[in-house]
Amino acid sequence: MINTDVVIIGAGPTGIFCAHQLGIIGLKCEIIDNLDKIGGQCIELYPDKPIYDIPAIPECTGEELTNNLIQQIKPFNFNFHLSQRVDEIKSKDGKWIIKTHKGTQMSSPNIVIAGGVGSFEPRKFTVKGCEKFEEKSIFYSIKDKEIFKNKTVAIFGGGDSALDWAIELSKNSKVILVHRRDEFRAAQSSVDKVKELNNQKKLEIFTQYQLLEVRGNASINSIEIKSESGDVKSLNVDYVLGFFGLIMNLGPILDWGLNIDKKKIPVNTKNFETNKKGIFAIGDICEYPGKLKLILSGFHEGALAARGCFKYAKPDEKLRFEFTTTSKSVKERLGIKE
Amino acid sequence: MPKITYIEHNGKKHTIDVANGLSIMEGAIQNNIPGIDADCGGAMACATCHVYVKEEWFNNLPQKEQGEEDMLDMAFEPKKNSRLSCQILVSQELDGIIVDLPKKQT
Repeated sequence: MINTDVVIIGAGPTGIFCAHQLGIIGLKCEIIDNLDKIGGQCIELYPDKPIYDIPAIPECTGEELTNNLIQQIKPFNFNFHLSQRVDEIKSKDGKWIIKTHKGTQMSSPNIVIAGGVGSFEPRKFTVKGCEKFEEKSIFYSIKDKEIFKNKTVAIFGGGDSALDWAIELSKNSKVILVHRRDEFRAAQSSVDKVKELNNQKKLEIFTQYQLLEVRGNASINSIEIKSESGDVKSLNVDYVLGFFGLIMNLGPILDWGLNIDKKKIPVNTKNFETNKKGIFAIGDICEYPGKLKLILSGFHEGALAARGCFKYAKPDEKLRFEFTTTSKSVKERLGIKE
Repeated sequence: MPKITYIEHNGKKHTIDVANGLSIMEGAIQNNIPGIDADCGGAMACATCHVYVKEEWFNNLPQKEQGEEDMLDMAFEPKKNSRLSCQILVSQELDGIIVDLPKKQT
């Protein structure tokens, strides 16, 4: 069991900056995120797209913003728990017990939910019956490519993941690449490569087709694909892979009694506490009159929520307002030697 | 104000006035039309404001940008007349446009 002052759920810009503010006022925190990397939507949805409305930064990409924020909280040595989704929280002796799906447990008087629109999960096939083959014959990510050796694999999707795996698996498997339109949105070199492999009959491409049906008992033995014009093809395959990007899903947060309305958590604007004592919500997930879904708003919300956490973390101490420019104790926390 | 008609997957129709300059997505969100999620808030980054535009209107809309077609690859059951409603801006020319909503967005 990890004991800490604050558990932050979500390692996007809002969550990271809240951690910074906690560090400044002398609190400890642990940060949990379901993605395997730090940065949230900034890193997952638009790492290369320029952002123009971060105060005092005329232009930066999602990745640059993330890297700068990571740099900014370095002095505090906070722990990140990545690839973990918080599955359960419960109240015990005035503290919150937080449990992730991998079994990590934490105890803390405060939780800050900076979960954006939810945790990122792979977008799945919508065809009936696909669920029962998941992790057996149907995969949305690949952990062990050896299982595909000498098998027939149908890969759906037109982006980098789909094409990279089509190229890789074509070395030892029979690969069928299926995409809903003629253009691929992957790197040009990958597009050229799959077309070359197709010409050499090392893989087969079906464009303007989508999955219609999966057939099999314990595992898949065939699928049907259908074109826009209604043409149906039956294909014998052993495995089906889908690469349709990620969706965001609130998941277990819905079950925590937080008065969620339209996927948002109502908060007060004094310290961004929710209806539950010691649970705060900041960033895209919180809702209050005038709320803007901007990164800069998330920073403000994080700064106030951090102060809100103080009284539960250190009930016997008074929080003194200090500036980083002049406070000796803040500079010590930042590791600055004078 | 232009009238926009949203038809839910179950057939329920909502015809509402949407101000010029708003997107069809914003029109739906501000009027609590079920069936459009708009998780990313209009950044063309999530494909959860996906709609099917009635054929007669589809061809008259301004062309999609490259990024929109890429996102539509990830939408729930995309078709030829699929669009992201955050990318369609309401104007007088769109008065009367009809969009069908998919069964779900994710």
